[in-house]
Amino acid sequence: MLRFVFSRLLTAAPTLLLVSIAVFTLIRLVPGDPVGLMLGDNADEAAYAAMSQRLGLDQPIVVQFLTWLKAVLQGDLGNSITTGQPVLSLVLHRFAVSAQLVLIAVAIATVIAVPLGMLAAWRQNSAFDLAVITGATALMSIPTFWLGLMLLLFLGLNLGWLPVLGYVSIADDFWSGLVYLVMPVASLVLHEAGILVRMARASTLDVLRLDYVTHARAKGLSEGTVLIRHVARNAFGPTWTLLGLILGNLLGGVAVVETVFTIPGLGRLIVESIYGRDYPVLQGCLLFVATTYVIVNLIVDLCYPIFDPRVKAQ
Amino acid sequence: MSIHGTNRYLGGFLIGCFLIAALVGLFWTPYDPLAISLGGKLLPPGGQHWLGTDEYGRDVLSRLLLGARSSVSISLLTVTFAVFFGLILGTLSGYARGWIDRVIMLLTDTLLAFPSILLALALLSILGANMFGVILALGLAYLPTVIRVVRGAVMSLREREFIEASRLMGHPAFYIMRCHIVPNCLAPIIVIATSMFGSVLLTESALSFLGLGVPPPAPTWGNMLASARPYMDRAAWLGVFPGLCISLTLLGINLFGDYVRDRFDPRMRGL
Repeated sequence: MLRFVFSRLLTAAPTLLLVSIAVFTLIRLVPGDPVGLMLGDNADEAAYAAMSQRLGLDQPIVVQFLTWLKAVLQGDLGNSITTGQPVLSLVLHRFAVSAQLVLIAVAIATVIAVPLGMLAAWRQNSAFDLAVITGATALMSIPTFWLGLMLLLFLGLNLGWLPVLGYVSIADDFWSGLVYLVMPVASLVLHEAGILVRMARASTLDVLRLDYVTHARAKGLSEGTVLIRHVARNAFGPTWTLLGLILGNLLGGVAVVETVFTIPGLGRLIVESIYGRDYPVLQGCLLFVATTYVIVNLIVDLCYPIFDPRVKAQ
Repeated sequence: MSIHGTNRYLGGFLIGCFLIAALVGLFWTPYDPLAISLGGKLLPPGGQHWLGTDEYGRDVLSRLLLGARSSVSISLLTVTFAVFFGLILGTLSGYARGWIDRVIMLLTDTLLAFPSILLALALLSILGANMFGVILALGLAYLPTVIRVVRGAVMSLREREFIEASRLMGHPAFYIMRCHIVPNCLAPIIVIATSMFGSVLLTESALSFLGLGVPPPAPTWGNMLASARPYMDRAAWLGVFPGLCISLTLLGINLFGDYVRDRFDPRMRGL
């Protein structure tokens, strides 16, 4: 087990280095001049040169990268151009908001979708299966931002059951925070559950055709035992991997849902930093999200042997 | 008949409607989609404007038709871009192996470390929010997936006897790739291109919704939804119709995509 963990950690390190190089390069490709942007329009040449020197922009590009990487490793992602706040604390603060939304949504979606997909596979080609797969495909086809808008329209505006605008943190006031989370979470859950149901169904079907399932049935085990003891564990593997991808994707991509419900999350911060040309913030966000994505997928990989001990041997 | 077989007619029908709308939008719209009429602001559906008018008095149906056109062209060009370069790089990577493979895989893995919508957002901030920026950004964001799929298919193909036979006959590597390898990995490419079409359409409308896609006044379904947000209490139709268009088109592509996968990938049949 230790060897497996170690080898997976070793493969993540170069990926993270490449990610940091990519983010560093990407930001330098953005048209526009950061020094001019920071100083404003009426800066003289001396101030310009001083600022370039202070930011290290007169250094060769490799030196610039190493200096930046050293700062990043020490937790210094620079300061926001617009507000002057340190980027790291800004990113962490916004991330906490997004993470709570995404984790709740993905957890609910998994609990609903995985058993549903498995049951549909078990009763393949029945009316129940047809209803589940068609429903899941329909849910998957509705964009979260439109689903969110429609929930706002019906539950918020027409029926007046839920607050339409604003955001209260769960940490500040648990119950009203929860009320504000209902619609954003629901729009994420419905969309992601559609994707997860299809995956759970497909991987269960894959396992159901294997010989050992026939063997288990031939031994006279009850359907319930076959499904839970023999099929479920093996069928969960691919879904688990997809779950990691969804989680990683959402952590950086809930911008649309956050926009619909005016939630101050990380996705909003990314969009705001693009609008405001706040490059240190954009750079920090990109680096943070990509690192989170790599780490989430690493954790998913590390947990994989729990469901499928064969993975460890490879 | 499998489940996806029954649903394929619905999928085909929805895609057909989408393509016809885009084609009609190319030549004719009931009104000028960009003509502002302050007298006819926020008119509800019915009468002269079947789907109502927006906050500037522009005809919603005309704008939806024009939006279909831009969605089709962006999605088609993006998928073409990703498949074309993905095919070249993936084939090269899987067939040549060695350092070429390592370099291509290194770049692919790096790009795959970013969620695709985030990568598209970052690239858009470099390329600028216009139609070609969007196509290039989305194309680059989806490229790594195609490379991966093609490389996988090519790697198993190159060990097959008929490829070895061709090599022994002295055919040059380029000839083998063009005449034997590429035609044989078309099935997975068709499968991935179909599902990618839907995914690109969704991401494109999400980018437009965030105000980072094709800039207004040119209508896209995404930016129509975004500008409908402040009027949801007074003019719900502005938010309902564009979203309905996106959802139905995506449903069509997803249903049809399942059928395509069944057809071209027999191992997946019925899944």
